[in-house]
Amino acid sequence: MSALAHVPTSAGKPAPPPVRRGRSRLLPYLLLLPGAVWLLVFFAVPLVQLASASLYDPAGSLSTGYAMTWAFGNYPDALQAYWPQFSRSFLYSAIALVLALLMGYPLAYAIAQKAGRWKNLLLVAVVAPMFTSFLVRTLAWKTILSDNGALVGLLRDVHLLGPDGRLLATPIAVVLGLTYNFLPFLVLPLYASLERLDPRLLEAASDLYASPLRAFAKVTLPLSMPGLIAGTLLFFIPATGDYINAELLGTPNEYMIGNVIDSAFLVRLDYPQGAALSFLLMAAILAIVFVYLRRAGTEEVL
Amino acid sequence: MKGQQTPAGDLRLVDLTKRFGVFTAVDDLTLTIPQGSFFALLGASGCGKTTTLRMIAGLEQPTSGQVLLGEQDIAGLRPYKRPVNTVFQSYALFPHLDIHENVAFGLRRRGIRKVSDQVEQMLALVQLEGYGRRRPAQLSGGQQQRVALARALINHPQVLLLDEPLGALDLKLRRQMQIELKRIQTEVGITFVHVTHDQEEAMTMADTVAVMNAGRIEQLGAPADIYEYPATAFVANFLGQSNLLAAEAGGRAADDVLVTAHGSRFSVPAGRARLTDGPAFLGVRPEKLHLVDDPDRVPAGHQHVGGVVSDASYVGVSTQYLVRTAWGSELTAFAANSGLGGQLAVGTAVTAHWDPRHAFLLPRAAGEDDQTAPLLDEPPVGASA
Repeated sequence: MSALAHVPTSAGKPAPPPVRRGRSRLLPYLLLLPGAVWLLVFFAVPLVQLASASLYDPAGSLSTGYAMTWAFGNYPDALQAYWPQFSRSFLYSAIALVLALLMGYPLAYAIAQKAGRWKNLLLVAVVAPMFTSFLVRTLAWKTILSDNGALVGLLRDVHLLGPDGRLLATPIAVVLGLTYNFLPFLVLPLYASLERLDPRLLEAASDLYASPLRAFAKVTLPLSMPGLIAGTLLFFIPATGDYINAELLGTPNEYMIGNVIDSAFLVRLDYPQGAALSFLLMAAILAIVFVYLRRAGTEEVL
Repeated sequence: MKGQQTPAGDLRLVDLTKRFGVFTAVDDLTLTIPQGSFFALLGASGCGKTTTLRMIAGLEQPTSGQVLLGEQDIAGLRPYKRPVNTVFQSYALFPHLDIHENVAFGLRRRGIRKVSDQVEQMLALVQLEGYGRRRPAQLSGGQQQRVALARALINHPQVLLLDEPLGALDLKLRRQMQIELKRIQTEVGITFVHVTHDQEEAMTMADTVAVMNAGRIEQLGAPADIYEYPATAFVANFLGQSNLLAAEAGGRAADDVLVTAHGSRFSVPAGRARLTDGPAFLGVRPEKLHLVDDPDRVPAGHQHVGGVVSDASYVGVSTQYLVRTAWGSELTAFAANSGLGGQLAVGTAVTAHWDPRHAFLLPRAAGEDDQTAPLLDEPPVGASA
């Protein structure tokens, strides 16, 4: 009886598949290869080149050629010359991030949890603007914010703007442009996080004496942290380096560090300075991201 | 704490109705659940039992009616204002919090600062000491279930609602948790309202069982009372199974009700008859139906019908027989494998007999034919009793 009972157990176990060690050990590396080559050629090599350019003799020029003099002084010089644009970049994108969060979080929440059968349509609506060029969209904002436009007219009528007040060519226009252009990068990861949120957890919170506000703070918000962190980074990093919005919607008074780098490389042809500014921006963003991830507590992120 | 300040009272549902569009999920339900009792709402899925529970919890607004806790109508209160806690079917543990914080959640929301001692006590009650720093995903289903229980119980609710809390567990663990739950309920003395579709679970744990069907309560009472004397054909076949023969009740004779079924005359004690005249079901539980191959061995006073064994399933503790009667219905009979009688082979002509004191008489809609349940996969309650 007991011997019989054991038969199906051993017979039911499938034989272990034959192991082909050589191939299975190589496979992950083969899969990595295309991406690694791509990164090496188009990221690592240019990065090294840019790093060395940032240390060229600033006295050189494109026509006379640059000499490698390990000119570390390029960094403090660039920072001293352009710190207003530097700090403006972070200020504008921080304000834009706050505005985008105020709009984007409720939007992502509504699409993920409340939209029902409209969910896909609303998602397309969030992404649809990206089907047209970034430039075209920013130019469209130029029309919306123009002095003769309906928006400025309305704001003047309700006296939120003076009779000569304007939106275009002001910091407001640049911040609005940044907010608009990078909003989808915030909304999509947030949506992905909130979509996975089990509404039964909110019922449980409410059953356990949490008011809707407390339930949001203690359940919804922490569970959406992965999306929130990803979204804010995807928003903040490109917004800080952006130069199109300041170029098209602002004036040189609103120029951000991207505009300076742009002109250093393409107008003034000051490669060492452009490269030094690029590295400063990268270092500043890396530092902010590092502190942010530490503070946001990846411990809480599942 | 809320639950200790205010003396808890009976939970009363008065004319409670819930409609979703044209569908009536709960239909004019009136029910009193005494304080401190273990009450089970038993019914098939879609019968309205979970909706009833959610209305008590406040997660669903009743279309009309009252939910009274003691003297207070709590039907209008938001869920987080009710002294009622729920153990959810899916447990709904917070995945981002560890076990300690999951259990402490309710206390913290009510502004209680020192929670550690209570949490430890509660984890001890559900036998999960030392698990406080783990995440829900690191626990097994049974452990998660106990965390969900601790998380609700720590608040000392006046009523604890359990929504099929054992549904996701395997059979062995479910048995264990049934005994566990019953022990804890006795220990804490809180009113438990337990929703389940598992009749065995309801009978094992509850003091009082309400059998629900189509938004209404078909019968309410102690498990043994309902089982021994069901009120309707639905109850007779939902709680255990029954052989129901289409019959006509023909009035009383002394302490008996006379019954005619399929051309034979039977009788049922008046105390076990829900009606005395008109279309009726004559019911006998399968374990009360005995089979003999020799008609002379039918004990005196027993009533009987003849038939042929059409199927015999050996399930260990008992053998389940199907007996095909002369008019074509198949009666079910369970014979305990006590070693006293032999097995009957398929095709044997037998006489099925029962003590009339074990039969019952239920109302039947005119035109309804015999209701004899097919063999179940699981041995029903009666078989192991």
